[in-house]
Amino acid sequence: MSSPESNFRRWFRGSGEGAKPSATAKTASRTSRRCIGLGEFLRGLSGAQERLSVLDLGPTSPANISFLTEMEARVYNEDVLRATRDPSYMARQEDGTEQLDPQKFFAENCNYAEGTFDAILFWDLADYLPEVLVKPLVERIQAVLKPKGMLLALFHTKDAGPESPYYRYHIAGRDVLELEQGPNFRLQRIFNNRHVENLFKDFSSRKFFLGRDNIREVIVVR
Amino acid sequence: MWKARPEDAKPANVTPNVPQPVQPAPSPAAPTATTQNVMSSREPQKPAIHAERTDVGHIGKSVVIKGELTGNEDLYLDGEIEGNINLRDHRLVIGPNGKIKATITARNVVLHGRVEGNITATERVELKNSSTLVGDVSTQRIVIEDGAFFKGAIDIKESQESKVEPRKSMASAAGAPGGTSSFSSGTSYSASPGSQGSFLEPK
Repeated sequence: MSSPESNFRRWFRGSGEGAKPSATAKTASRTSRRCIGLGEFLRGLSGAQERLSVLDLGPTSPANISFLTEMEARVYNEDVLRATRDPSYMARQEDGTEQLDPQKFFAENCNYAEGTFDAILFWDLADYLPEVLVKPLVERIQAVLKPKGMLLALFHTKDAGPESPYYRYHIAGRDVLELEQGPNFRLQRIFNNRHVENLFKDFSSRKFFLGRDNIREVIVVR
Repeated sequence: MWKARPEDAKPANVTPNVPQPVQPAPSPAAPTATTQNVMSSREPQKPAIHAERTDVGHIGKSVVIKGELTGNEDLYLDGEIEGNINLRDHRLVIGPNGKIKATITARNVVLHGRVEGNITATERVELKNSSTLVGDVSTQRIVIEDGAFFKGAIDIKESQESKVEPRKSMASAAGAPGGTSSFSSGTSYSASPGSQGSFLEPK
């Protein structure tokens, strides 16, 4: 078994073994890191006149729910990645293999009215989702975001290997995230900047933050 | 034959008082406090989840109900229910075997099992670590344990107290003073923010 610290370092490969971020602290089961993108994301939400609706697409996080409800936001939670493991969404292909059927999947997931959300926490879903869901999910997200609505996404760097552990993200402060090693999902792909721009090309703006630990944080505005 | 001395009849001498698990207020049909003390001193202490079963209505795990369930007492529910549950001013505990497809209205809801449907609680909702909730929640306070699965929306309604009391800071509510401290696994978090609007929008 590898320790959470070694997994954390593996996740941020490229920062060097000794280049531990200064704002990072480790606990028994979670590791915290500074997240400038989160700070920017929350600052963008703070001036809202109306009550916010925020969608968290990660695993259920009591800390996130607590933090967001304290902001008086209406919080929606949907663990999209976990839902992809539901066998009822699989369809048999012509070659006999089974593959996730986006139509079946989206009939029961991310099924919201257009323009429902002011903000979406996308985390690093795009790195782990099955290929057939990535673009349809981004299209769906664009539809359910309000105009000027924001999305926070994280992307692994090119140095991260397929064995990079999957982490759950917990908001621990206005610019602090806690990482907790989560279910065993495999990293599917690595996006570079151009890939990210293409992925969110129909949005009005994309803002990149590259931390000292080489993780790419992206804020996208519809 | 010997004659019993008067002090032998005093239960306090036979069974000393032992600490009791927190239980809801006894219903009229519930045994007296003295009886409870005697019983609990003779039996091994049960887990809290089962202790609640002694003085509340109980629906066992083999029971399947389709339709509307209403009541004026606290209820422990470990079976399968499809329909509506309305315990407006009372507490509903859904046990680990509970499988509910219903709209739930109660004062407090504690969920150990699975619910598909919306929950409206006038006071508090607790999602235990074994629980699964697919539906929307509207309540004044919510407590979610690490490990609970939730898919839906949470709408925190304003309580009368929160109008008077100053709001807790975000960091303190999330258990993160200074924004950098850590959470420990298994901890539960509660939220009870200030003003809120109307109930959830339909998905």
